[in-house]
Amino acid sequence: MAILNKEDAQALLKKVLAFSTSDECEVSLSGVEGGNIRYARNAVSTAGDTNTLTLAIRSVYGKKSGTATINEFDDASLKKCVQRAEELAKLSPENPEYMPMRGPISYKESKSFIPATAAIQPDTRAEAVAKSIKVSKDSKLESAGYIENRTSFVAVMNSKGFFGYNKGTDVIFSVTTRNQEGTGSGYAARGFNDVSKLDTAEATRVAAQKANGSANAKAIEPGKYTVILEPIAATYMLENMFRGFDARTADEGRSFMSKPGGGNRIGEQLVDEKVSIYSDPFHPELPDATWNGEGFALDRVNWIEKGVVKNLSYSQFWAQKKNVAAGPFASNIIMEGGTASLEELIKSTERGILVSKLWYIRLVDAQSLLLTGLTRDGTFYIENGQIKYPIKNMRFNESPVIMLNNVEALGKAERSISIESNRSYLIPPMKIRDFTFTSLSDAV
Amino acid sequence: MKRKDFIRNASMGMGALFLPKSMLYANQVDAAALLDTRFDIPQKKRMADIALNAARSKGATYTDVRIGRYLNQFVITREDKVENVVNTESYGIGIRVIANGSWGFAATDNLDTDSIAKTAALAVSIAKENARLLTEPVQLAPQKGQGEVSWKTPIEKNAFEVPIKEKVDLLLSVNDAAMKGGANYMNSLLFLVNEQKYFASSDGSYIDQDIHRIWPTFSITKIDATSGKFETRSALSSPMGMGYEYLNPSAADTIKGLTGNLYRNRYDMLQDAKDGAKQVQEKMIAKSVDAGKYDLVIDPTNLFLTIHESSGHPSELDRVLGYEANFAGTSFLTLDKWKAGNFNYGSKLVNIVADKLQPNSLGAVGFDDEGVETQEWDIIKDGVLVNYQATRDQAHILGLKQSQGCCYADNWSSVQFQRMPNISLKPGKETMSPADIVKNVEKGIYIVGESSYSIDQQRYNFQFSGQLFYEIKNGKIGPMLKDVAYQSNTQEFWNSVTAIADKRDYRLGGSFFDGKGQPGQVSAVSHGASTTRFNGINVINTARKI
Repeated sequence: MAILNKEDAQALLKKVLAFSTSDECEVSLSGVEGGNIRYARNAVSTAGDTNTLTLAIRSVYGKKSGTATINEFDDASLKKCVQRAEELAKLSPENPEYMPMRGPISYKESKSFIPATAAIQPDTRAEAVAKSIKVSKDSKLESAGYIENRTSFVAVMNSKGFFGYNKGTDVIFSVTTRNQEGTGSGYAARGFNDVSKLDTAEATRVAAQKANGSANAKAIEPGKYTVILEPIAATYMLENMFRGFDARTADEGRSFMSKPGGGNRIGEQLVDEKVSIYSDPFHPELPDATWNGEGFALDRVNWIEKGVVKNLSYSQFWAQKKNVAAGPFASNIIMEGGTASLEELIKSTERGILVSKLWYIRLVDAQSLLLTGLTRDGTFYIENGQIKYPIKNMRFNESPVIMLNNVEALGKAERSISIESNRSYLIPPMKIRDFTFTSLSDAV
Repeated sequence: MKRKDFIRNASMGMGALFLPKSMLYANQVDAAALLDTRFDIPQKKRMADIALNAARSKGATYTDVRIGRYLNQFVITREDKVENVVNTESYGIGIRVIANGSWGFAATDNLDTDSIAKTAALAVSIAKENARLLTEPVQLAPQKGQGEVSWKTPIEKNAFEVPIKEKVDLLLSVNDAAMKGGANYMNSLLFLVNEQKYFASSDGSYIDQDIHRIWPTFSITKIDATSGKFETRSALSSPMGMGYEYLNPSAADTIKGLTGNLYRNRYDMLQDAKDGAKQVQEKMIAKSVDAGKYDLVIDPTNLFLTIHESSGHPSELDRVLGYEANFAGTSFLTLDKWKAGNFNYGSKLVNIVADKLQPNSLGAVGFDDEGVETQEWDIIKDGVLVNYQATRDQAHILGLKQSQGCCYADNWSSVQFQRMPNISLKPGKETMSPADIVKNVEKGIYIVGESSYSIDQQRYNFQFSGQLFYEIKNGKIGPMLKDVAYQSNTQEFWNSVTAIADKRDYRLGGSFFDGKGQPGQVSAVSHGASTTRFNGINVINTARKI
């Protein structure tokens, strides 16, 4: 059984800690249960199951630490693992930046565990896939997709009295549908804690509509255009920026958050005032863990408020060095949106491009956070508030910082996943002016 | 699909290590434990036979078994500090079967007799379950049993036997050299991989392999606090299928390149750090490029990645057929282009070859993860598409009598599938040095080292950047340039080749964590090339202000 309840996890961790003789000791237990199905050409290609339970022990002497892990849980194995961590710690080089472990905290329970998702069986997945394949076959399209569900827990206890337990579930689904001629392609992706919100037939209908709608695309001249990024596209773009909400690299002068002359941009207007970005593990649409591995309780943190940088994360070491309070990087990201629907954003656009998805985004210049990538699976030209015709995919070179300075309007935020990391976010569709496309692609 | 960003650019605020999933699930152990071989070959053969017999008795018509022990060691430092030393081990058995014409797979880390037999039975039941949704039964190319054989990466010095202290001392001395050379920050890393794989199949193969890989690398950062500008210069090393001997500098393997030192089969990390510290300062004051068309002279340290993305991935047969459509994408090299026999992929000078044999390469093994002996074959011959990369269940599509040996799984717990072999550009046939190439270029850019890379899902349109750029004017290499990225279309790019240096300049580059599949798997692959000239390529200026 890979998923332990709080009481059983606590009892096991207590037992392991009692074997420790080091200055400090931290024990963490994590388990994952789940499975996946992959399909292509309208048929299942692979299916797999996951079931792992692992205990990690970190022993510390002074500023030397060692970690050992094990997946056997009898007393002799646990003792041996503690001894190995302690031997490793004694042999390891001193880390001058080591910070002592933290003591007990109080934290509120997370809402990230949904029993219905934890109850998913292989036939639940097979049924979800069969529904998707049916939609694509009925639409005379070929589909390739992937579904994966996970139930996981983590419990951490240390010799300073800290104990944290969190359990969560998630399910992700993505599908690509293509027409027989290879001239049209569509995509949809969904990610939820609660499987009852997942409708694979609905998602596949969206992908099918994009595939049929994107066939026989016309080429337009690359250049600067007003774009409407659907949440899937915006999420992938912005994920590259969220990673930079860190004080140390900013203070060290090697981030887009660095201030010329030294220091970081906290307090500065970085982007348009329509932009507010925060973390909140208690948000009902995006519940997440309410404490982190460093031993901090997590709560709402505003990173950008009305365009102004409000907070950056500070590791314990960097906070001490800078004489400020440590600020952990929270586990989820929410960007506030407006009230407009995607259709209303399109309606209010005189000339522009609707981008369904972005693909293969990579950093070009860390200084400006310039990114390159391409549109994929449904790119459409908008004129006088209406989608006029599908257009060929294009490569862009754009910085999310510049992009968020060029916000015309934001739609209603919705739960969306990154196509690269599979992480879930709450991100609105957004209308951006002067988005820079640099070349055409023949790819469908 | 893409190379895994295993180290996030430190300037993006992470500095953290992004390990592939297979490594995250591995257990951390002490360095000494990595040298304990756990099971000998007769024990592994006994376990494999349990699985083969159990699967057959449940109705499998074909079975293969992989008993794998996967070891990794990571030594991570910055400036004068060791950030982390991580040792991981993952051990278990993966059993793949065909039953009722369909594939089934199951894996376990419990190597008791009962557990192995149960896992084999589970693989058969999964195959039978999958067969209910079958559209066409698996057609497996014939493969004769190899008998009891073994293969080992021909290393000179097992890197896992080198004490941690020696590795830490090397990295800290490299960091010190960069800091003394004027760097503001320095991150260095050493990655080691050892795959101990035992493969057995119902064809009668029992194959024991011991595979080693190594990758030393670093990133030097220079800051101008007043202007807030910064630049980085990454190592010019390559990941290699070698032991610790790769880190023993050798004059014979140090190339005095057009603008500085380059390395072949031995890497002088200390010298590269000293050179890098100087070059990163030069980058700070380099001229920003004027966008436009240039003749590019590209060193193998940069070209390997362009080959990986624009030649390697589009010739993967599973992509061509649509099996990767939902993630990595499909390919512009469709079967009709291959059947036509005259698809003009590149200029007549372009010969691209696939292999899993080249000494020191990441792809070199004796047998693939289906028990197929490794080999070499042409993908592009005299500019024309002639072949793809296939596994046993794809060989019939190409009319092949045998698989090309392109099957790989990144762990015992992952199911094997088609992965890229080494894909290399053959050196030019005429005697020609990089200097000979440059002397005929009127307006060009010489490019060294890899950086940003991006390509579309069918592998037409790409954009690459690099570590070092130098202006070429009237046949002479001039000052350094910055803010350079080249954008092209694969077919146009390879048709613009007008010169390839000869084999004296041939070197391997490589991707250590090439990602593909859902759930994602990594693989390591090398790409050989000599310095090559591409005429009239579009260069953009990437400088933007925020």
